[in-house]
Amino acid sequence: MAGPEIKAPAFREFPTVPKIQPDSMAHLKCYVASEKIQGELGFPGKLADNWQETHDAVIKRMGELLEKYRSLRVFMDACVHCGSCTDKCHFFIGTGDPKNMPVARQELLRSVYRRYFTPAGKMFPALVGARDLTREVLDEWYNYFWQCTECRRCSVFCPYGIDTAEVTMAARELLDIAGYGQKYSNEIIGKVHRVGNNLGLPGPALIDTLTGLEEDVKDDTGCDVRYPVDEKGAEVLLVTPSADFFAEPHIDSTIGYGKVFHAAGISWTFSSKASEAGNFGLFIGNYEQMRKIALRVREAALELGVKRIVVGECGHAWRAAYAFWNTLTGIGAGANDPFAVELQKQLDPRYKQPSHICEVTWDLIQQGRLKFDKEANDHRIITFHDSCNVARGSRMGDYPGGQFDIPRNIIRAVANKFVDMAPETIGEKTFCCGGGGGVLNDELIELRVKGALPRMEALKRVVDDHGVNFMALICAICKAQFTKVVPYYGFKSGMIGGVHQLVSTAIKLGNEQ
Amino acid sequence: MSLFFAILFYAASAILVAGLAAKIVGFARTPAPLNIPTTPAPTTPAGVVFRMFREVVFFESLFKGNLWIWAMGAMFHFGLALVLVRHLRYFTEPVWTWVAIAQPFGMYAGFLMAAGLAGLWARRFLVERIRYISTASDHLMLALLLVIALTGLGMKFLMHTDIVAVKAFFLGLMRFDIQSLPVHVGLYIHLFCVAALMIVFPFSKLLHAPGVFFSPTRNQADNPREVRHLAPWAAQLEKN
Ligand code: SF4
Ligand code: SF4
Repeated sequence: MAGPEIKAPAFREFPTVPKIQPDSMAHLKCYVASEKIQGELGFPGKLADNWQETHDAVIKRMGELLEKYRSLRVFMDACVHCGSCTDKCHFFIGTGDPKNMPVARQELLRSVYRRYFTPAGKMFPALVGARDLTREVLDEWYNYFWQCTECRRCSVFCPYGIDTAEVTMAARELLDIAGYGQKYSNEIIGKVHRVGNNLGLPGPALIDTLTGLEEDVKDDTGCDVRYPVDEKGAEVLLVTPSADFFAEPHIDSTIGYGKVFHAAGISWTFSSKASEAGNFGLFIGNYEQMRKIALRVREAALELGVKRIVVGECGHAWRAAYAFWNTLTGIGAGANDPFAVELQKQLDPRYKQPSHICEVTWDLIQQGRLKFDKEANDHRIITFHDSCNVARGSRMGDYPGGQFDIPRNIIRAVANKFVDMAPETIGEKTFCCGGGGGVLNDELIELRVKGALPRMEALKRVVDDHGVNFMALICAICKAQFTKVVPYYGFKSGMIGGVHQLVSTAIKLGNEQ
Repeated sequence: MSLFFAILFYAASAILVAGLAAKIVGFARTPAPLNIPTTPAPTTPAGVVFRMFREVVFFESLFKGNLWIWAMGAMFHFGLALVLVRHLRYFTEPVWTWVAIAQPFGMYAGFLMAAGLAGLWARRFLVERIRYISTASDHLMLALLLVIALTGLGMKFLMHTDIVAVKAFFLGLMRFDIQSLPVHVGLYIHLFCVAALMIVFPFSKLLHAPGVFFSPTRNQADNPREVRHLAPWAAQLEKN
């Protein structure tokens, strides 16, 4: 890309709170969605020529959202400006722009909420920090609500659990309603509806890729590991982010998924209809889109007659699947519309529906159904990055915090050398990769590089102290973001990879014993 | 003056109760369409109650977030709680035993409260990023509370007022029988600020008090695979 060269911020000796630099990120703005992209999702194509029209539509929608979402309603009222969240956002840490402090980001929306929906804001706007919705305010929303990865780190530290991600989602919904959508996310949502996945990979191309993959794995291992698509009657439907079909290093995890099922003797399949686990409806905060995207999975499961639904390595996809699929589509227990009832009958109640691929692999390991040659990973000194949506938005296993243990358990089962990064940077306090939530686009590379700073600092520490040369992940966006961004910080892209890539390296496929 | 304060307190109580009730009904009536607890979250309702208890009593998340804010916030809130307990003696006859026992603690809690408030306020000036996020109403709220605390302490330690008469006034208010209030500037300021606080409560960030109980990230159980969460408006979507 042309333009000024982006420089990574310097590592700080002791992570300190940055000095505030007002408007230091005000120049950075994503490409706006075209009329066509907007139209496909049923949003207005562009901002109305008459500002009043846009203004009224946005305020009306805001009122509706306040009626529909308790989170928004409570979060608009409950913040006391205590400041506990102010230094928690990786984007503030990396850029110093005060509007990237979670509370200040919320305030961009809250100030308008107060003006139109509270007596204090109507009567004493200056006193309580309320402002009219103007074109400038809308632009500011566009800038800064697209500088949030909806990682929810701020919500961990807020005494009222105020989740800026919820506020960001509401703001993005309002921007879409105004005809001011973001090109990257909305284009991807269009593709998922048209072609079946975020990358626009059509069914035949998918089958082609996977046939090639089978050949590669055969050459590599001498085993007939299968990567089937649309196989009726398979036990497992695996839904994974489409990057897993060809991008590096994502594909190495895909190879691993296949090997796990092969070694355990479980029949499985991908679906060309639901060839995408990612759900960008989450990023734009639109319930209907989120639901529509999730319904593809239910349809595919019904058509293929599978007994289990498993999700591959993707953070926000796992959140959407774990936390929302049941609500949105009845994948899980307790739904009673006809399709969901049929699905309940079909799915095997002995398994959690949906399951994460790590839950599947860890179960198999515990049952002794997988064997490993741990030494095969000895060239790697491994650390693990907890991805935000898994760490703070969803769970694995059957106890709180299972999502932290299970991937680490797997790594320890397949490799000898593992070290964790500093405790205040992992688990629920994990630092975002800087690329989630719909900001993984070229326009925002400056933000992505700067936002990665806290994670890079923690990584640097274990690289220097323990010789770490591999950072394992279970999120497609983290993988894409890190491979692109780590070189800015002096690391090699090749040190990024999936947990199932490690599994793949060490697993014994049965014929060699 | 007595009549003025009587009317003021009737009005303030009415606004406080009606305003809060309206807000709480609003919070409660609005559905939470998705399961969004911040993990690691409890998986059972009992676990949720325990989490909420830790949040409300120990400010657990704030503790994780910033020790300074936590310490000053805790000083202020615990101080306030004890002071409020102490003030119950003005509204009960005979005074409940546990309120009587709490009296000496309540007295020193006033200092705790004032110190916490002063610390919180100092942050708003001294820490750059907190200064950035502070609005005029943040300062005003702290000012109100601090004036209340200081006038209260003043009446205890510097210029006493006739608290028997004050008590008679409030007991009278509760029976709609207006008694006379002692003439005392400190008391007037104290009571005026308390009434002001009661009036702004339902319209200000003081709503964090009821709000915390309704925060979905804290009050939801993490059990979406086992239990379906469906908001009424979302259920409508299933019909098409
Ligand atoms: S959700 Fe994440 S990116 Fe957004 S404000 Fe909070 S910490 Fe920052
Ligand atoms: S931690 Fe919560 S209450 Fe405190 S400033 Fe941030 S959002 Fe507001």
